[in-house]
Amino acid sequence: MPANDTIIEMEGIRKVYDTGKIQVEALRGIDLNISQGEFVAIVGPSGSGKSTLMNLIGCLDTPTAGVYRLSGQLVAGMKKDELATIRNRRVGFIFQNFNLLPQITAYENVEMPLLFGGVPRRERRNRIEELMERVGLKDRMEHKPTELSGGQMQRVAVARALAMDPDILLADEPTGNLDTSSGGDIMELFHELWEQGGTMLVITHDAALARRAARQVEIQDGLITRNTVGTGAGPAASE
Amino acid sequence: MARPRFLVLQLFLRSSRVQKKRAILTIAAIAWGTLALLLLLAFGEGLGLSLGKAWAGMGTDIAVIWPGETTVPWKGLPAGRAIRPRIDDIRALKERVPGLVGVSGEIIRWGTNFTHGDTTVNGPVKGVSTVWGQLRNQIPVAGGRFLNPLDDAQRRRVVFLGTDLATELFGEEDPIGESILIDKVPYTVIGVLIDKIMFGNYSGMDADHAIIPIRTLHAQYGSDRLSVLVLKPENRSGMKQALSEVAQVLSAKYGFDPEDDRVLGTWDTVETGKIRDNFLLGIKLFLSIIGVLTLTVGGIGVANIMYAVVKERTREIGVKMALGARSHWVTGPIVLEGLTYTLLGGLTGLVVATILVFVLSLIPTGDSMALDALGKPTLSPAIAATAAGVLGIIGLLAGYFPARRAASVEPAETLRYE
Repeated sequence: MPANDTIIEMEGIRKVYDTGKIQVEALRGIDLNISQGEFVAIVGPSGSGKSTLMNLIGCLDTPTAGVYRLSGQLVAGMKKDELATIRNRRVGFIFQNFNLLPQITAYENVEMPLLFGGVPRRERRNRIEELMERVGLKDRMEHKPTELSGGQMQRVAVARALAMDPDILLADEPTGNLDTSSGGDIMELFHELWEQGGTMLVITHDAALARRAARQVEIQDGLITRNTVGTGAGPAASE
Repeated sequence: MARPRFLVLQLFLRSSRVQKKRAILTIAAIAWGTLALLLLLAFGEGLGLSLGKAWAGMGTDIAVIWPGETTVPWKGLPAGRAIRPRIDDIRALKERVPGLVGVSGEIIRWGTNFTHGDTTVNGPVKGVSTVWGQLRNQIPVAGGRFLNPLDDAQRRRVVFLGTDLATELFGEEDPIGESILIDKVPYTVIGVLIDKIMFGNYSGMDADHAIIPIRTLHAQYGSDRLSVLVLKPENRSGMKQALSEVAQVLSAKYGFDPEDDRVLGTWDTVETGKIRDNFLLGIKLFLSIIGVLTLTVGGIGVANIMYAVVKERTREIGVKMALGARSHWVTGPIVLEGLTYTLLGGLTGLVVATILVFVLSLIPTGDSMALDALGKPTLSPAIAATAAGVLGIIGLLAGYFPARRAASVEPAETLRYE
């Protein structure tokens, strides 16, 4: 895929939450394009619509109005199960609170998207071992999330997000629940992934993490207020 | 790409576990419901079996005919004539009415004296043609036999005793082969009726009667006129036809309107059997409804716990959806879990019910007619199948509705960080 291939294409995206009495307009017309291999940070105060935007990008929710193409595929009008397939194949989620399933092992957590994707058993094993090695937790595969530290949990979550080799990684405040050193490790990991050609979209309050992104998009009151290409993003920027 | 096999099962095994105490309580509720359903059905079945047996005591699918009087004039003959078929008419009926297992006549003499040694008992004696024994289920106790055609043809003085009559005359002694006097004429006892429960009867219980060949009775007392005719068609649907043909044959001989239903008073047990069967079916239905309702309460318990499970696992469900789970991969394990609790409970209930039914069958009924009639609770394959079916449906429903709620989980809502 050429480097400038568009992964995310949004035009006039609006999202209105209708709570019955009050209508809340979370997004009021977002135009956003993200290309293959970009590292984008979305910043903004709480309540600005960042998470709503991430939900839409990740196909967890559908926009009220506007056009959204993910890897060229028009998302509007898709059935629930089709959206599920898109989430499985094209998007990798990383959450602030990790959202690992506590009752199963790290291995089984990473296996979950592979199960949904219909990957055969042997391939699943190879893929999980490879991923766990990549995030540096190969010796922790049989541990349950409660037996892992916050940083380790988030790395398992990263492995899980990468499992189906998605078009884009979506991270919502990935360092929000981590101490500084673990947060730094995760940022390092993101950077490596980006350098290996991944497309990253990070929602964050963390200025240090935002600075690592090549591009920063600022949202306020449901609109993009700033869309800047950073200066030489990379580990150097935060060091 | 092919889905891994048993994906839903794998997901079920990997979902978080319900608190043990809660699961046990739910399973206990289902077990209790199953137990109630099974026991009620088992009592119904036992009641049906014992009633069926008791009604069969008089004979199954037979008709009993009492000759009466004409009520309408017929071919110049006046109304009010008594019609009394004779012994020879039995043969005529046998020859001219097709499709019968048998037709038999009986002549009853009341107030007969039966004497054995110093004991004299007063009761009815019946002269019957041989097939009567078959129609009326006159089963002899071991060592004896019922009358046979030779007894009748040779007018042998042999007697088949009812159980109670035999006991009154002989006490603990074995009557078979012994002599008794019937109105001072000696007879040999050839058989004793088995002890049977008998709900239907006409002219008294079989246990109190003495049965002798009809021609022997004729020879001793001179009576030739039949008190009662008994017949049985080869299949129950032929009963109406058979009765009408009997009326035709007798009408031709004795001159009465075959449509005059006062001439031949008829007890058609096929007809009354239908009423009895419906009544029994009503009782069984009533019992099963109570049982199913009790079980439904258990099912509501399962649904309840599954709703709680869905609520507790909202985040888990949201995560799975974010990772690309289709809705039936979310609902499937929940339905499976509801079914598992239901079936575990059902199995427990079945085991307890089986033990209870076994224990109940050990309790002797003694001489109580009521307990005899109530019968023993009986578990049949049909009951097990019914219970399994009801459990399956309840289990599915108890899982289905909570699962639907799970499928409606909005992942975007649940994944918002706390």
